[in-house]
Formats: sequence, C-alpha cells, structure tokens
Amino acid sequence: MAKRDTPMLDELLKGPYPSFVKELYKVQERKPMVQDLLGQLEDSYEERIGHWKHGGIVGVMGYGGGVIGRYSDLQDKYPNVAHFHTMRVNQPAAWFYTSDILRKIADIWEKHGSGLTNMHGSTGDMVLLGTTTDELEPTFQALAKEGFDLGGSGSVLRTPSCCVGPARCEWACYDTLKLCYDFTQEYQDELHRPFFPYKFKFKFSGCPNDCVASIARSDMSIIGTWKDDIQIDQAAVAEYAKAGMDIQADVIDICPSKCMKYDGEGIEVDNHECVHCMHCINVMPKALAPGKERGATILLGAKAPIMDGALLASVLVPFIDLNDPDEVEDLHELIGNIWDFWGEHGKNRERIGELIQRVGMSTFLEAIGLEPEPEMISAPRDNPYIFFKEEEDEEEEE
Amino acid sequence: MATVTLGGKDVEIDEDGFIQDPNEWNEDVALDLAKTEGVEEMGEDHWKLVHYLRDYYLKFGIAPMIRKLCKENGFSLKYVYEMFPSGPAKGACKVAGLPKPTGCV
Repeated sequence: MAKRDTPMLDELLKGPYPSFVKELYKVQERKPMVQDLLGQLEDSYEERIGHWKHGGIVGVMGYGGGVIGRYSDLQDKYPNVAHFHTMRVNQPAAWFYTSDILRKIADIWEKHGSGLTNMHGSTGDMVLLGTTTDELEPTFQALAKEGFDLGGSGSVLRTPSCCVGPARCEWACYDTLKLCYDFTQEYQDELHRPFFPYKFKFKFSGCPNDCVASIARSDMSIIGTWKDDIQIDQAAVAEYAKAGMDIQADVIDICPSKCMKYDGEGIEVDNHECVHCMHCINVMPKALAPGKERGATILLGAKAPIMDGALLASVLVPFIDLNDPDEVEDLHELIGNIWDFWGEHGKNRERIGELIQRVGMSTFLEAIGLEPEPEMISAPRDNPYIFFKEEEDEEEEE
Repeated sequence: MATVTLGGKDVEIDEDGFIQDPNEWNEDVALDLAKTEGVEEMGEDHWKLVHYLRDYYLKFGIAPMIRKLCKENGFSLKYVYEMFPSGPAKGACKVAGLPKPTGCV
C-alpha cells in the first residue's frame, strides 16, 4: 500500500516542537491502520469536520468500562479504521515501570492493535489507541497475563492516579502510592462496572504543590499537608544567602499570607498564619521542609467543563492522619455515604460538585453525616454558606 | 449498517450489534441476541430484566439508570454481570432490543 499524500499534516512537522504526525509517519510503513488514520485526519483537516462517529459500546466480558468505542464514518474510503477503539490500561502508581514491562506492553499492542500509545492520557492511564472489536478480548487477556488491568471509562470510578510521592519526593506528607494502590484494590467493582450517575475520580497528591492537579481534576482530591510548624534549618538559610539568593525579595515578600520574617540571619515563620502554599519550601528546599505531623486534606467537587462550567474542589475534611487505620476506615465510610447520596439524588451525568451546588452544602453535609467546619469556607466570617440549623430551630420556637 | 438473521427473520443492526427498530423485537430475536453476548441460557431472571428494560424503554424512551434497574428488580450489580457478562448496557439492553445507549467516555 502506497503512503498517503497528506500535505496538511506535513505542515505539522515544520514547527520547532515534536508532532504526533512524526510518530504516525514512522508507524505507517508497517501498519495499514495508521495509513488510513492519516488519510482520514487529512480529510478532516481539509473539510474541517471530524470523521469519528459518536459513541459506540464495546468492551470485554465482565467489565462495563475500560474500552472506548470509535468507528469511522468513512468506512468505505478508510476500511482499516472502520474500528479504532481505545483501551485504557490502569497504570502502576506514580507511573513506575521497568523497561522490560514497557517492551512487553509495546509488543502486545503491536500484535493486537495499531501500535500507537499515549503515555499517559490526562486520566493517568496508559492509553492504547486503535484496535478492532475482535482484538479487544485477546488484548485484555494478554495484558492480564503481564499483570495489567483495564482502567475506568464511562460512569465509573476512573482509574485512581497519584503523584510520585515519597518514592522520589521529600515533601510527600503521606504515601500517595500506597493509598492510590489501596483505593484501586478496594474499589475494583466501582472501577469496572458502572453504577454511578457519572464519572468519579480520586487523585492523590503528596503535598500542596499538587503535582497531579487533583484540586482541579478530581471529584475527591487527597492532598498531603502538615499540622505543626515548617521545619527550618537556619544554617542552610545562611548558605542560600551566601550563595547570593535575595531571601527578602524571592521568599519573604512573595509569601501570600505575609507570615515570614528575615532579619539577615535567620527566617522566622508565624505558622498560624501560614496557608501552606509551598512557595518558600519550593525555593529553599535545603533550608525549609513541611512539618513533622503529616497527613492530608480531603477536598471534594472539582470537575472540568465538559457539562456546565469547571469547578475547583473545596475542603471537606481539613486533616486526616493516613497512618491511622481507623481514620482511613472513616474515610471509606464517608466515601460510601457520598456515593449513596449521589446515587440516590444525582441526575444522569451530574458530577458530585454539581449536585452539591444544586442541593446546597448544608443539605449535602447533613446527608453524608459530616459536621460543618470553618475550614470548609474559603474566608470564614465573610459570606459563609453554612446555615446553622439549631439557630433556625430556636427562632422557629420563639 | 448490516442485516443479520435473528429469531428466523432479517433484522438490521448497527456496528455494535444493537437492533435498529425496537418493533422488530420478540423473544426469539432476544434468544439469538443473547448468544452474541455470552449468555448461555436465558433463565427466569434474565427474562425479568429484559422485559423490565423493554417496558421501561417503551414507556420513557430511554434506558433506566443502572442503580434504578438494580433497585427495582432486586438484583445486585454483581448478579446482573453474572447474568449478562458484557454488562447491563452492552448486554442486557442489547438483548432487550433497545437502541444503543449513549454514554460519555
């Protein structure tokens, strides 16, 4: 089969940045599927219209998610992409692979699919792009043999995803990899068999730098934090000053809550005013570190703007000690309550954040059995949205 | 769009194997559709679920949400997957002759 003539796609090779087209060109010699993919994409660029049909229900036995059906609407012209399904594969926590296992995955996909991958999609999964319905089950079996499972798609718990955590980062306030793995095991049913009104995502960040952007991208965001004081090594502070760092300008003046002082010799932090923005710690990693009493804050309700607008998560549980099995158990119970309320009252395709907006935070908290706390409000004493029921009741009695 | 023989008559299906015209559905069609979804034998509960789905669809024009489906039939989700291994949306809805449920990736 001759290579397709794709002048518009060729343009994408000319810029200074890497292009997906370059990768597709490399594969097209041996994969007719990729030749047709390029042909269809060129058509799409010329006609300014996409040629993938909407939806498609395909999957593997026993699972209701993990495969995203794609069909071309130009099947006669491009028969090799008549089917071009995507498979999501659950990534290892924090994306640690051996080169050996990556080769095995590449071999599996070369045999059963297009050979094209997206490492990684924004979901966190390995995304294997392009195969036919007949190849889904064999691919699933081949992956399972190497210890891999499919990820989530549709109205399920999406594949949990975490930052690199304590594996490589000294700021991690809890073991993100362990919690991500434990949650993945705990919620296998919810991950593979759709039972929710819409998608639900957990993301785990070890510190407030939030390297997996959990606060914006996950329905439940678990972000590491500390309760006590920032650890300061004054000798290391002096080293930074000696090396030419302008501590006043680059650290103290930028502190959002103005809780730091520098007198030319040492740094002083008013920890009660600290908002844990991580700036000073990021700039002076040798001198400053998160405190020793570490745990996480649980936030709820973020989503991207697919349906309605984007939402950021807000605080649900200010602090949880993830080393305490009882507290972790309480968290699972809370998650169960949240899912029950959402399942019972959520509309089709309504994310948890939208449901909270619709019914109000105080109704929601009452339903899941959680007391309102000041930390749930971005600026206490300023436009609070929790109404205290007892007071209302008293007024009625009067 | 392909035409296949289901329950002894020619029926039009889409690329995922869902029948296109719900009026073409009958229990013989359902039996043949069940074979394509890894259902070995249609038992009493299989039919209960299939009829529930079809009646709901004819009444409301959409498939019910899965939670509702389980609750109203007294089936656990696990049991639904045991009956229809490809799941309620792909398996049970297809056998019940519903058009392809739309969903989001």
